Amino acid sequence: MVATDSSGTDAAVAVVAPTTPVSERVLRIVVPVVMLILAIAAWYLYVVISGQPKYILPSPIDVAGALLTDWPTLLPALGTTLTITLEALALALIGGVGLAIILVQSRWIELALFPFAVILQVTPVVAIAPLLLIYTPNTQTALLIVAFLVAFFPILSNMVQGLKSVDHNLLNLFDLYGARRWQQLILLKIPASMPYFLTGLRIGGGLSLIAAVVAEFAAGTAGAGSGLAFRLLESGYRLNIPRLYAALFLLTFTGVAIFGITSFITWLVLHRWHESAVRREN
Amino acid sequence: MRGVSKIFSNGTLALSNMTLNVQRGEFLSLLGPSGCGKSTALRIIAGLGAPSSGAIEWPSSTINARGLPEGDIGFVFQDPTLMPWATVFGNVHLPLKLRGAGKEQAREQIMQTLAMVGLADFADAYPRELSGGMKMRVSIARALVTKPTLLLMDEPFAALDEITRQKLNDDVLMLWRQSGITVIFVTHSVFESAYLSNRIVVMRARPGQVFSDLPLVTSAERDEQYRTSEEYRASCAVVSRALHDAIHSAEIR
Repeated sequence: MVATDSSGTDAAVAVVAPTTPVSERVLRIVVPVVMLILAIAAWYLYVVISGQPKYILPSPIDVAGALLTDWPTLLPALGTTLTITLEALALALIGGVGLAIILVQSRWIELALFPFAVILQVTPVVAIAPLLLIYTPNTQTALLIVAFLVAFFPILSNMVQGLKSVDHNLLNLFDLYGARRWQQLILLKIPASMPYFLTGLRIGGGLSLIAAVVAEFAAGTAGAGSGLAFRLLESGYRLNIPRLYAALFLLTFTGVAIFGITSFITWLVLHRWHESAVRREN
Repeated sequence: MRGVSKIFSNGTLALSNMTLNVQRGEFLSLLGPSGCGKSTALRIIAGLGAPSSGAIEWPSSTINARGLPEGDIGFVFQDPTLMPWATVFGNVHLPLKLRGAGKEQAREQIMQTLAMVGLADFADAYPRELSGGMKMRVSIARALVTKPTLLLMDEPFAALDEITRQKLNDDVLMLWRQSGITVIFVTHSVFESAYLSNRIVVMRARPGQVFSDLPLVTSAERDEQYRTSEEYRASCAVVSRALHDAIHSAEIR
């Protein structure tokens, strides 16, 4: 046996995880928060000084007020939009990852399905919303399909790319040890494609919210049970601009939350090993 | 693989009608200029690409569906080729896992192999936390964890610095001496091959084939002293000349 206590030139490297200094961590939170507060204050000051009427540009306080008073109207709308977004994202994840795994199994399957994937990608999906409204039993289903189609493609294409970007020598290694196809898929291809998959997830998450809103615009839903997009339009027609801003704020907040969650998942999965999650230090 | 002798020939441009007998327990270096097909030869031995003609013959009776002696080959690539998402332990576990050995079942064997390459303390580290030499040790541990009888090494230390390289050369030699494993070591370094092997097969390019086959029996232990000995210098000179001739013969064609 080779001496285990040999501290050779290459064995003496200690593993020290780089830590961020506290001051920098505080700054990282303080700076964006201060910037946001300053921007809101500037908005408020502008409204007060220029004397803009509420129905053109409401002050942040008016918007906050609308958020509170219109909560009973806005909350169900937020619920509807959020449900469509999350359902679409979930379907897109299942469909995108599933199809990607099928696609990379054989070159023939890929060739056969490729045109459909391209057609799906290049067609502005919102343009088929009117058609979907005719074919589907209710508007919600049509919206769900549109949002799904929009979120589906980035997840599919990233996953396919990821599954194909496996180190060839690792593939050789798996061959050498007689790995079965499913072992190769689960132990090698899927872990190796995680960075790509997570990119697809972040893009798809953002897109599914956008698609849920845009599809609702296109579908022209109305009345009870509609989402935030309808409330936006309605507020616009009624010149209830504070409520419009409040609805807009909710959408932005939702988008930021989705971004935050998907980024957190990315960090969770990759921070131990992937270059993108490692702080560069020279 | 018992009492190894194998013959293979390949009709492709990379290798032309190459025949090579490897004896059990040999430390054989395949030495040659780049493009002489030495890596190709190694990969064919490993079953990572079928020869277009000719065959590899194993004396072993346990040959699996892919024509390889079951579980008897370890391969070390030029790059460490580790899975970045798995720890050192996970990476070394891989060959056993692919054979259905669970974590606990394999733990003892894995830790033993890691201790052999001096990395027992780093079982839970991720590859990116390791230096180049340590990654290579993990790669060697992974190749050895199945206790193969044939170890194939494809320019494993080419990308390492000279000091790390000498250290790993000594370690590989010690492993070889202790386990009686057969090693086929691909390199383009005259000094490395002369230091390590007891037989050097010099290959030539265009077409790739065996140019000369030099047994290298030395009296001395291969250690620091040997590195500066007259005997080592003489063998380097012999190998150098053979390599030079091999390159020259490829050029005049």
